[in-house]
Amino acid sequence: MDVEILARIQFAFTIAFHYIYPPLSIGLGLCMVIMEGAYLKTKLKLYEDMTKFFTKIFALIFGIGVATGIVMEFEFGTNWATYSKYVGDVFGSALAAEGIFAFALESGFLGVLLFGWKRVSPVVHFISTVMVTLGSMFSAIWIVVANSWQQTPAGYHVVGEGLEARAEITDFWAMVFNPSSVERIMHVWLGAFLAGSFLVISIASYYLLKKKHIEFAQKAFGVGLVVALVSAYAQLFSGHKAADVVAEYQPAKLAAMEGHFDSSAAADMYLFGWVDKEKEKTNGIAIPGGLSFLTHGDFKAPVTGLKAFKPEDRPQSLNIVFQSYHIMIAIGMFLIALTTFGAYMWWKKKLFDKRWLLLIFTWSVLLPQIANQVGWFTAETGRQPWVVYGLLRTSEALSQAVTAEQVWFSLILFTFVYTVLFALFVFLLNRKIQHGPAYAGQEEDEIHSPRLEEMAENFGRERAEPL
Amino acid sequence: MDTFLGLDYATWWFLVVGATFTGYAILDGFDLGAGAIHLFFNKEQSRRIVLNAIGPVWDGNEVWLVIGGGALFAGFPKVYAAVFSAFYIPFMLFLTALIFRAISIEFRSKEPMLWWRKWWDISYCVSSSLVALSLGLVLGNILIGIPIDKAGNFTGSAWSFLNVYSIMVSITTLALFMMHGAIYLVMKTEDRLYAKLTVIVKNATIFFVISALLLSFYTLLYVPHLSHRIKENPWLFFVPVTMVFSIANIARRISQRRYKRAFLHSCLVISLLLIIVAVELYPNLVLSSNDEAYNLTVQNASSSNKSLGIMLTVAAIGVPLVAIYTTFVFWTFKGKVKLDEMSY
Repeated sequence: MDVEILARIQFAFTIAFHYIYPPLSIGLGLCMVIMEGAYLKTKLKLYEDMTKFFTKIFALIFGIGVATGIVMEFEFGTNWATYSKYVGDVFGSALAAEGIFAFALESGFLGVLLFGWKRVSPVVHFISTVMVTLGSMFSAIWIVVANSWQQTPAGYHVVGEGLEARAEITDFWAMVFNPSSVERIMHVWLGAFLAGSFLVISIASYYLLKKKHIEFAQKAFGVGLVVALVSAYAQLFSGHKAADVVAEYQPAKLAAMEGHFDSSAAADMYLFGWVDKEKEKTNGIAIPGGLSFLTHGDFKAPVTGLKAFKPEDRPQSLNIVFQSYHIMIAIGMFLIALTTFGAYMWWKKKLFDKRWLLLIFTWSVLLPQIANQVGWFTAETGRQPWVVYGLLRTSEALSQAVTAEQVWFSLILFTFVYTVLFALFVFLLNRKIQHGPAYAGQEEDEIHSPRLEEMAENFGRERAEPL
Repeated sequence: MDTFLGLDYATWWFLVVGATFTGYAILDGFDLGAGAIHLFFNKEQSRRIVLNAIGPVWDGNEVWLVIGGGALFAGFPKVYAAVFSAFYIPFMLFLTALIFRAISIEFRSKEPMLWWRKWWDISYCVSSSLVALSLGLVLGNILIGIPIDKAGNFTGSAWSFLNVYSIMVSITTLALFMMHGAIYLVMKTEDRLYAKLTVIVKNATIFFVISALLLSFYTLLYVPHLSHRIKENPWLFFVPVTMVFSIANIARRISQRRYKRAFLHSCLVISLLLIIVAVELYPNLVLSSNDEAYNLTVQNASSSNKSLGIMLTVAAIGVPLVAIYTTFVFWTFKGKVKLDEMSY
């Protein structure tokens, strides 16, 4: 394999792994703000325990998110040096703003959120929780702005030629509010809210199924369900808006998403299907003219197809774009149905008796995760062969100095490290869930268990110097 | 060329990048140093206390690296591209070490098993040391210059980053952070652990003084371009003089057991070392060992003035905010470490 494909695999792998965590932080952060807000309002110990319990899970998620996030920042320079030189002038200010406004905010207040329970007043602690959540939401803004600029560049001009060419910023606000950024930020935020709220729902459902921590689980389920229900519906509109932008600015991507080839014909909307790249047609079950209706409000209106683009300007992996997009849509629709039904049963006070429903909710934590992943697959493979849409090709964006052997080395290294990391994450998350929330009278944490105290006593005994 | 207070924007951004990396070295420096000396503590209780001494702040400190990387990417994209792709392998190992440092802190106390804790203790110590060593390695290579061509692409061999000078800088960085971290820990502990740390502080300081002396002699004898500017401008000699006095003061304050003062001087020493680096390199950012004409300088590697102007505005708004809440966080956790049920 050549450097290009290896570097792309490595970037895709590291970013996909990283992207398990930030959406969970954002969504879980929002749920924790609601829980701690409820605690401040009601002064119920239950809500304090709930916030503390989810704070510990948050810490685990956040820790891995930060550790794998730094890799992303450095990889631009290590593997995509030509890209870095090309976009640095434009992209850099967004990244600098992210670091200074978002990361510094969330990481600064994280210390207070995790360890400040006894050191600051409840109100100040609540503010810290809000700040951490806001910080993580801000970081989504800036990174999506940067990515959106790659999709729909604006507010720049190109200077120099060939390998020396680079984009220079001409209008900061035009860059920030490029045609796709607002819609895509909303889409990403809502996806994150779904990821976080379904984690809460899943843990609560698990406890209800196991008949443990019943009151805690019912209350937590409520918080999660409200966030999930609102987000699932909002995501429908946000997704539609985001697709409109793609239709207007990235017609080749839109055509790939629906496997549409012929520009003179109306475009169908597939429920599922398979793109035949050789014969340039798509087979499957479709709503005839569906895409035409969504983009133009007319079932018969022609939509630009893939044939309108030179083969080298089309996305190469048509089925990845098509299938990813359709999995995302299917999950989105299912989540709307599930949260609506869940809310109805909750209102009817039957929700917590339906074991089969709780079982679905327990496993449903995976769905927003998958939807977030395949949504990005659609966005990023649909943008190919460009790294900056219409300006810089992915194949021209690599580091000139880096060899295939070096990328093999790092790819194997990351595969190994991330496998270990993921196994540890699942193991520790499970332990946290099994351990459950602390209650009054049962304040003892695992750290203070008598067994451990005893072990701690004997810890340094075998050494010569006891100090 | 737009200027502000007589300096062009690119030079201002050079100062911003320099200040950010200095901030990182001071802040994460004590975390890394604390990690590097972690295995000198034998008791479970001691290990937990020293871990929790950096617990609430290490993550915020690490963000300075993210900001520094972003600032370099934003202001000097050519330097960012050249350096990061040149040191591909060291950076990958650095990233791995950084990941292990983070998860060691995060995971260690989550399980009670002895083997689990011992493993993460070792992982924490090794990864912290490796982060410090690889930072020094990259700095050392930048100081002596790296083989880059006209387009800023690295032309050397994959292992050329391992050379005598860089290894010396690397070890000095580790020694500096160990001293810095030990002084930080001694401020945060009490009783027997405090007593033990007073000994570690002394040894770490001796280690740093020896490696700093050796590095200074080596630099003066074999890397003359790193003393050029101070040689040409004798008034700048006050910088190394201040540094030597600061190092002496660290020793003095340690023997007086006034560790807060010692810590301030340790911060000062880190700043002065990086100021010397900045003074000697400027206006170069990366020296090309192939041809002086290929040097990446503050002018030829910077982003446009428009971009730098925006980022300076962002920094002017953001830095005071960061300073305010960083102070708030450190103030919240001031004093000696007390373990509670939310601790690591």
